Order: sequence, then structure tokens, then C-alpha cells
Amino acid sequence: MADRVIYAMYDDDEILKDGAKKLVAKGVKVEEVFSPFPIHGIDPIIGVEQTRLGIFAFIYGLIGLTLATTGMWFMMIIDWPMNIGGKPSFSYMENMLSFVPISFEFTVLCAAHGMAITYLIANRTLPGMKAQNPDPRTTDDKFVMEFRTSQNKQFTADELEAMVKSTGIVELEQKDI
Amino acid sequence: MHKEAAIREPLILGHKTYHDITEDVCRPIEDKAPRMWYILFGAALIIGLYGIGCILYLLGTGVGVWGLNKTIGWAWDITNFVWWVGIGHAGTLISAVLLLFRQKWRMAINRSAEAMTIFAVFMAGMFPLIHMGRLWLGYWVLPLPNHFGSLWVNFNSPLLWDVFAISTYLSVGLVFWYIGLIPDFATIRDRAKKPVSKRMYSILAFGWSGRAKHWNRFELISLVLAGLATPLVFSVHSIVSFDFATSVIPGWHTTIFPPYFVAGAVFSGFAMVQTLMLIMRKAMNLEAYIHTKHVEYMNIVIMVTGSIVGTAYITELFISWYSGVEYEAYAFVNRATGPYWWAYAAMMTCNVVSPQLMWIRKLRRSLIFTFIISIVVNIGMWFERYVIIVTSLHRDYLPSSWSMHYPSHIDIGVYLGTIGLFFVFFLLFARYFPVLALNELKTILKSSGESYKNGDAEVHPKPVPMTAEPAAKITEKVAESTKEAAKETKSEFDANSVAELMNSLGNGSAENKDDLKVISGVGPKFEETMNKIGIFSYDQVSKMTKKEYDLLDSLTKKFPGRAERDDWAGQAKKLIENR
Repeated sequence: MADRVIYAMYDDDEILKDGAKKLVAKGVKVEEVFSPFPIHGIDPIIGVEQTRLGIFAFIYGLIGLTLATTGMWFMMIIDWPMNIGGKPSFSYMENMLSFVPISFEFTVLCAAHGMAITYLIANRTLPGMKAQNPDPRTTDDKFVMEFRTSQNKQFTADELEAMVKSTGIVELEQKDI
Repeated sequence: MHKEAAIREPLILGHKTYHDITEDVCRPIEDKAPRMWYILFGAALIIGLYGIGCILYLLGTGVGVWGLNKTIGWAWDITNFVWWVGIGHAGTLISAVLLLFRQKWRMAINRSAEAMTIFAVFMAGMFPLIHMGRLWLGYWVLPLPNHFGSLWVNFNSPLLWDVFAISTYLSVGLVFWYIGLIPDFATIRDRAKKPVSKRMYSILAFGWSGRAKHWNRFELISLVLAGLATPLVFSVHSIVSFDFATSVIPGWHTTIFPPYFVAGAVFSGFAMVQTLMLIMRKAMNLEAYIHTKHVEYMNIVIMVTGSIVGTAYITELFISWYSGVEYEAYAFVNRATGPYWWAYAAMMTCNVVSPQLMWIRKLRRSLIFTFIISIVVNIGMWFERYVIIVTSLHRDYLPSSWSMHYPSHIDIGVYLGTIGLFFVFFLLFARYFPVLALNELKTILKSSGESYKNGDAEVHPKPVPMTAEPAAKITEKVAESTKEAAKETKSEFDANSVAELMNSLGNGSAENKDDLKVISGVGPKFEETMNKIGIFSYDQVSKMTKKEYDLLDSLTKKFPGRAERDDWAGQAKKLIENR
């Protein structure tokens, strides 16, 4: 089926937010919002869920901690126990205190890098990727809301356009895909 | 949007729109570099190359070319290492700790402070590496299987903790910095006109498009990385201090070291940020974003951390006496009265006395005074490390091995070289990277921008009501209202002043109107006002002098003195040239 995308451009984040609120109240589905900076409070309006990256970071941190602990336990206690300054390495627990700094650093290292990599992959922002914002001005001072007719079948394309137009837009662009 | 108390000083001065912020930050990148940049870059590069030459000579000949001897095994190398790591503490503190505390003023300085951090830690990391002597075996500090060496690395050693701490700090700092840079690179990419720079910034921006979901993730990752980086900042310099504190050298093995080193690091780091920011804001015309209030906040941090450092010095002295350990007591008496008394005196004046001057409001808001103090503090903090390291070592337990340290020219060359390289990196950063977190700044514009706080700028214009009126009617209405507005404003201004102003500027017409908003300091509302007076083109603006500025101010009463401060005429001339 032919699908039509409507890009509505605003020049203020608050106007966009108000517009989104009104349109969503009428049952319009907002496909996407492109903005130069995070618009606080837009996510619940257009139905973007809170990201789960934080949970991922926690898991990566745990992996780091586990790796550091097992690594140091193997190297210092099992494989080659050393008697350093008259303090022999009999068990991990006895030597625990001097392992704390590296356990901490390695936890942070894994959590931060794991999270950053997940973030880039989840966003599909990687070196060489093409920009997908509909207008270059959306990284400067313009804000764009994207609608698709296929997701708003209860309205005709003209109805949708009229509703979008009444929300204080500055430009409107349509594309058949 | 958060409302901010009216008595809080605005963080962004004058009238700025979202577009102005983009312009102000991107213009230095897109324009040709000023001559001064080439001069500074050339000088830094020469010094840096000399430093690299010294390092290569050292690697070829051996660590003996430094002025070390069997008593003083650590001197300038480790002093410089600790000094640079210390400087590298402000960036992450500003971006991470202040993010957790929701301090908005950090947004103007965090980008360049973080860049400074990364470059400083990079310089710091070089010293332990070249001190190994055989740099090509440097990878042996990693926990590699036994067949690479005779055994595993020693996880009990603070020197190994240091390897982990510094490399974690450097890489996490780099990631944190880059994640913040991606949206700003996208802004530059979308503005770039030359194909080469467009390509370069496209690669750097990773295809960022600013989708709502991406911003949602962006905000969370910034917060979590800040949460991770905060304990990291404190751990790094604590671990650096363990290098000394876990030894049995009088003057080194004190439990006060970790907090005292961290405070000292923040102290010196902020001093370096001040030095760099005060130059950068002038050179790149960023006075509206980094101004007296930011400097004052940083001076308060310098004052607080400086006081902690001063208290630590005095506590150390007291404890060395109170402990009853004569070796410890001697180490401190020797510091103050021995052959290195001058280094101790320099450290005490620079680090204990100078930050206390910041209690005086006038001084901490003075830019010149701040600049001088920031340099004094950096000198003082270098001497602090020198005092701790060299004076604790030079009087050994055996008086027969007592010695003095005299730096060789290689010592000096390597140190100067790192300063040169640091500035090479920083100047490259200032030339090609957005030096302010421009997209983050836009989020605080409406709550902390001057014109938004005092009501000069339109905040949140009410959208057109939701009734489905035909578009034609709306435009009619708009046309009517502007006509009315035009009628009103004709009489709004004093006709004589308008005539006088127009006489010297020449008449303009709405037909060949230029976009006056491009001029930094002119917003859409002010452009309208200027149009009403009769100023339409850059040509007219470029003819403005002091007299015309005053006339304009008397007419508009909007931002007295602003036109002159921002040199609108000069800006307009440039715009005409670039047309």
C-alpha cells in the first residue's frame, strides 16, 4: 500500500510539545520526533518508552567484577602464589583488600565501555552511517514531527494534514514512499 | 521546562536564539583560523617536537640522562606525572560530579574541560612509560600469561593499580566526551558546505539524527556514565597517592594522602581550566557563554579545595610532631628549613595563601586576577609534588648517601615538551571541535538565558488555537495584526532620533533586507525593532559608530551597550565581505 510521510516542522520545542499533545489526544500516531536537543517530557506523549540501557550497564559492571575477581584469584592465588613483603597469598579472602582497587576499576571499565557500545549499536550510530534527519536544520534550531498515513488509517491524508497544520507549524513536507 | 529563580544570574548573556548558539560555536570552526592560532600552534609544535626529541634520546641512551641518582630515584618524571594527572581531574569533575548535582553552569565549560582532561592524562601517562626505560616492553604491565615474562604482574602493588586506574580513567573519559560530541558533530555536519569537511564530520557524527528515542538514551547514558565517572575521579588520584602512601619513606607514608591528593588535583585542575577558558572565551568570542559568573563558580571551587589542601599541609606538620616518630618529624623540619626550603616556601605561598584571596568577592570576579592566580596555583601545585617526592628522598636513612637533585636538560626538555604537546592537542581541539556543548546549552537557554529571564524575549509563544480555520483566514489575520503593529510602532520612537540615525546610516528598504539575526546579539524581536526604525541591511549596520550605537540604545532601551560590546559594525562588515 502506498504510504505517505508527513514532516511537520516547528521552530520551538514547546510548540511542538503542545502540538503533539493535542494531536495524540485526537488519536494521531506520531511516528518520530527529530530535535537538536532532548525535549524534556516529549517521550511519554509520543509513546517512547524509557530506555533499558541502565540495566545493561549494571550487567556489564557485574561481568567486569566477576572477570576481575576470577582473574586475580587465578593469577595471584592459584597459578603463581607469591610471598610479597612477608605477606603470603594463601587465600583470596586474606588478600582481598589489595584487590579492591583493581576490582573497582575493572568494573567501571566494563560497565562504561559495554554501555557505550550498546548505546551506539542500539542507536545505529556507528562510523560511516548515513544521517537520517529529514532536514539539516533539525540539528540546529528546527524541530520536526513525522507522521505516516499508514499508521493513521482512521484519518484521510487531507484530514491529517489539516490537523497537523493547525498546531503552529512553520513548514510542511510530504513524501510518498 | 524548569523555572529558575529570577535572582540567579543568567548563564547566557544577551539575547540568543537556538540558532545563535549554533552560529557562535560553529563559526570559529568554519571560518579561517586567525593568525594567532597559527603562531601559537607553531610555537607549541616546536616545543612538543623538542620534547619528543628528548624522549627519543632518552630511550636510545637510557634513563641515566635524567638527573636521577641512587638516592633520588624519582624526581621530575613522577612530579610531572602527578602534576598532569592532577590537572586531568577538573574535566571529569565538571562533567560528571556537577552533572549529578545538576549544576547548569557546567554546560558551557564541560566540553573543553574534558578535552583538557584527556590531553593532560595522556601527557601524564607518558612519564611512567618512558621511565620504564624499555618502552617497547611496556605491555608487560598488562596481566599477560606467564610465557611472556617470568610470572604474572603483582596485583598487590599500587603501581599496578595505577596502570588500571589511569587507563580506565583515560578511556572512560574519552568515551564520555565522545558520546557528548556526537550530536554536536551532527550539527556541524549539517551546516558544512565544503565537501571535505562535510565528509569528515559525517564520519565523526556516526550518522546521528536526533530521534526522540536516541535523545532518551543519550540522557540516560550521560547520567550513568557520570555516576560511574564520579567515584572513578576520586579513585584515580587516591590510587596515585597510594604509590607514595604505601611505602615506608618518612614524608610519604601518611594516611591523609588520598583525600589530600584528590583535593589538590581538583584544585590544580580548575586552575588550568581557568587559564585555558579565560583565553579561549576571548579568542573565540564566547564571552556570552563563559562569563564572570562561571569564573566565580570555579574560583569558589578553587577556594574550597585550596583550603582543604592548606589544612592538609598543616595537619601533616602537626602529625609529624605529634606522632613522636623522629624520622617523620625530621622529614618535615627538613622540608621547611633544609636545602629545599625555597620549594617548600613556593608551595606554601602559592597553594595556601593565594586561594584565600578568593574570599573577596571583587577579586574572585576579576578576570585578570583570576588568570594570575590560576597560573600561580599551577606553579604551586608542581612544587607541591616536587617537595613531596624529592625532599622526602634526598635525605636517606644513611647520611653518607644524602644527595641533591639537579635536573638535566633532558628532564627540562621532556617536561616542556609535554606542555607543548598538550597545547598542540588543545589548539587542534579548539580549531576543529565544538568547544561548547552547543546542543546541551540549548536546553538551558530558556531557563537561564538573560533575555528570557528578564522578559525581553518571547517565551513559549502561544500556538494557534486548534479550530480548523482555513489557512487563508489565518494569513489575513496575521497580515492585519502586523499592519496594526506597524502603525503603533511608528509613533513608538522619537522621530528626531530616528531621523538623525537614518541620516548617518543611509536609508534602507524592506526589499533588500538582510538577515540581521546572523549578527550575534540580534534576535528576531530586535531585528523587528530595527526594521521598524528603518535599519534593514548589513550596509547600514556596518556604518554604525559609538554615536549611532548610543542613538539606537536610546531608541530601543533594550540592551544598553550591547551593540558596541559585540561590535555589530565589525560583524556586519565581515558579513558583507563573505557575501
